[in-house]
Amino acid sequence: MSTEAKKGALGFRADTPGERFFNGLIAENPTLVLMIGMCPTLAVTSSAINGLGMGLATTFVLALSNAVISALRKVIPNTVRIPSFIVVIASFVTLVELLMKAYVPALNKALGVYIPLIVVNCIIFGRAEAYASKHGIVPSFFDGIGMGIGFTCAITVIGLIREFIGAGTAFDVQILGEGTVVPGAVGAFLSTYKPISIFIQQAGAFIVLAFLIAIMNKIKMNLAKKGKDTSKFGQGCCSSSEEAAADKILADKKNEKEAD
Amino acid sequence: MGETIVNLVGLMITASLVNNVVLSQFLGLCPFLGVSKKTDTALGMGGACIFVITLASLVCSLIYKFILDPLDLSYLKTIVFILVIAMLVQFVEMILKKYIVSLYQALGVYLPLITTNCAVLGVALNNVTDGYYENPLTSTLVGFATAVGFTIAIVILAGLREKMEYNDIPAPFKGMPLVLLTSGLMAIAFTGFSALK
Repeated sequence: MSTEAKKGALGFRADTPGERFFNGLIAENPTLVLMIGMCPTLAVTSSAINGLGMGLATTFVLALSNAVISALRKVIPNTVRIPSFIVVIASFVTLVELLMKAYVPALNKALGVYIPLIVVNCIIFGRAEAYASKHGIVPSFFDGIGMGIGFTCAITVIGLIREFIGAGTAFDVQILGEGTVVPGAVGAFLSTYKPISIFIQQAGAFIVLAFLIAIMNKIKMNLAKKGKDTSKFGQGCCSSSEEAAADKILADKKNEKEAD
Repeated sequence: MGETIVNLVGLMITASLVNNVVLSQFLGLCPFLGVSKKTDTALGMGGACIFVITLASLVCSLIYKFILDPLDLSYLKTIVFILVIAMLVQFVEMILKKYIVSLYQALGVYLPLITTNCAVLGVALNNVTDGYYENPLTSTLVGFATAVGFTIAIVILAGLREKMEYNDIPAPFKGMPLVLLTSGLMAIAFTGFSALK
C-alpha cells in the first residue's frame, strides 16, 4: 500500500487537481462507467444542446457544492450530514435555476422541471458522500469539475446521437434529410434521408441508452478477459445499490417471519 | 359541479396514462429499473409510492399556497419541498410503525427507498408549475393519479422481467440493457394513450 496506493487515475499523483479532473472525465465517468444519474441522462437528451445545458448546470452545482461540503466537512456532525448536504446542494440548484431563468430563458424552458431535480441527482450526492466529505477543498472542487465535465460529454454525445438519427440535425444544424446545409451532389444524396422520429421521443432515449450500456458491457467483458480490473464499472442507474437494499430488506423480513 | 368532476377525471387520466410519470416524463427511473425484478416487490413499491406521493402533493401544495406564495418566497420551493418530503417519509414511517402495523408490514420496507425517488419532488414541483396548487384537492388527485401511473408501469415491467428471466439473449445485453429495451417498447405502447387527451 505504499507507492501504488498513492497513484491515482491514469498514472497521475492521487488527489491533485489534474488527476481528479481526468478521473471524472475518463476513468470514473459517471454516466458511461459508474452509470449513475440516469434520470436526467434519459430525460433531457432529445437534442445535443439540451444535453450540454443540463451538463453545464450540473457541473456548476457539483463543483461548488463539493467545495462547500468539503470546507464544512469538519463542522457538520456525522449524524446530520445527509440533511446538511441536501440543503447545500438545494441552495446551489436554486442559484443555478434563477441564473438560467434570467440569462438563458429558452434553455430553462426546454429543461423545465429537470433543473430543480438536479437536487436528487445521485451523482451530486454520491460525490459529496464518497469524496468531498473526506478530502480537501481544492481536490474536491476539481473532482466536481471533472465528474461534471464527464457527465456533460456523455449526455451531449447521447443527445447528439438521438438528434442525428431522430431529426437529422447536429446542434440544431440540419445535416441529414430535407433542407440539409451540405451543398452539391452529397447534399442531394443526404436529403433523401427520412428522420426516424422515434429517436427524439421518449422511447428513443431508452433504446439508445440500452445499446450504449450493451457496448460498455462488451468492453468490460473484453477487459476482464485480458485480466484487467473492472470493479469500477457500475450496473446501471442507482439500481445496483437500490436492488441490493430491497433484497436485503426482503431477506430481513423473511428471517423475522421465520423467527416468529 | 358536474363539469369540475369531468375535468378532474380528465386530469387524472392524463396524469396516470398519457403523461405517464416514468415512461414519458422519466421521473422515478431508479426504483423503476431497480425494484422491478419481481411483481410482489414492484407492487409494494407502487403502493408505498401512491401513499407518499399523494401525501407529499397535498402537503407541498398547502405549504406553497399558504406560506411560500403569500410571502413571495416561491424561489425557496426546491429547498423547502425536498426537506418536507424527507421529513414526511420519516414521519409516515414512524406513524405507521406505531399505529397502523398491518400497513407498515406491507409498505414499510419500501419507505426508506422513496426519499431518493425523484418522482415525489417532480410531482410536487409540477403541481406548482401547472397551477394545481390553487386547489389542494386537484393537486392531491393529480399526485395520486401520477403515482397510480407509476405503479401500473412498474408492475407491467416486473411481469415482463419475470417472463424474460431465463431467455437466451446476447451476453452484453443481459441485465440493464434488456430492461431498458423493454421499457423503450413500453414507452412506444404508452404513446398510444395520447389519443385519450
